[in-house]
Amino acid sequence: MKINTKFFGEVEINEENIIEFPNGIPGFEEEKRFVLLDINEGAIYHSLQSVDNPEVALVVTNPYVFFHDYEFDIDENTINLLSINSKEDVMVLSVLTLKDPFKHTTANLQAPIILNFTTRKAKQLILHDTNYQTKQPIIVEGKDVESDANSKS
Amino acid sequence: MLILNRKVNDSIQIDDDIEVKIISIEGDQVKIGIEAPKSIDVFRKEIYLKIQEENEEASNTTADLINLLKSTEKD
Repeated sequence: MKINTKFFGEVEINEENIIEFPNGIPGFEEEKRFVLLDINEGAIYHSLQSVDNPEVALVVTNPYVFFHDYEFDIDENTINLLSINSKEDVMVLSVLTLKDPFKHTTANLQAPIILNFTTRKAKQLILHDTNYQTKQPIIVEGKDVESDANSKS
Repeated sequence: MLILNRKVNDSIQIDDDIEVKIISIEGDQVKIGIEAPKSIDVFRKEIYLKIQEENEEASNTTADLINLLKSTEKD
């Protein structure tokens, strides 16, 4: 099927790739169906695009690229909601709040998106009692990664 | 808003399957226990609002920022 997207115009998607968010996403509770569209060639960044609303798209990434020690428990409710049977089913994504310059970009580690890619069901999990932030800088100041991050100039 | 007076160990029943119980009161802190079906998420309000706001801010990404991302590679 064809959908209108925020960043890529009209895109042909395979309906089998639609991800269902039974509870919507906080702030976009009405949107229940999304697809993941690759943004860059290395496929580190994806656009989590609403199937039904072109305006709603969140940039997401694999948080473990940036935060090797990121860990949290997935609660019983989420495991049931997403019909998770084994950890191999699970993919974790973090929502990025992009900034220019890129080094000010943050990841929302307090609310990881949990995707069961066997059942194609997902949920944005809100962690209670955690030190992870909604605005965790993905680039630590002082580390010499700035030249890489700004390689476009 | 419905306002009810409750004492410690008193409960409020919402519908068939949600119970909100006052566990303890100390000064201006009230400890509340909530029993609800697994399909219902319970959050501290301020945290839920924070996540909502963060998602809304994150969704304000522009095409310019996406282009920045396309040219950004992480080793």
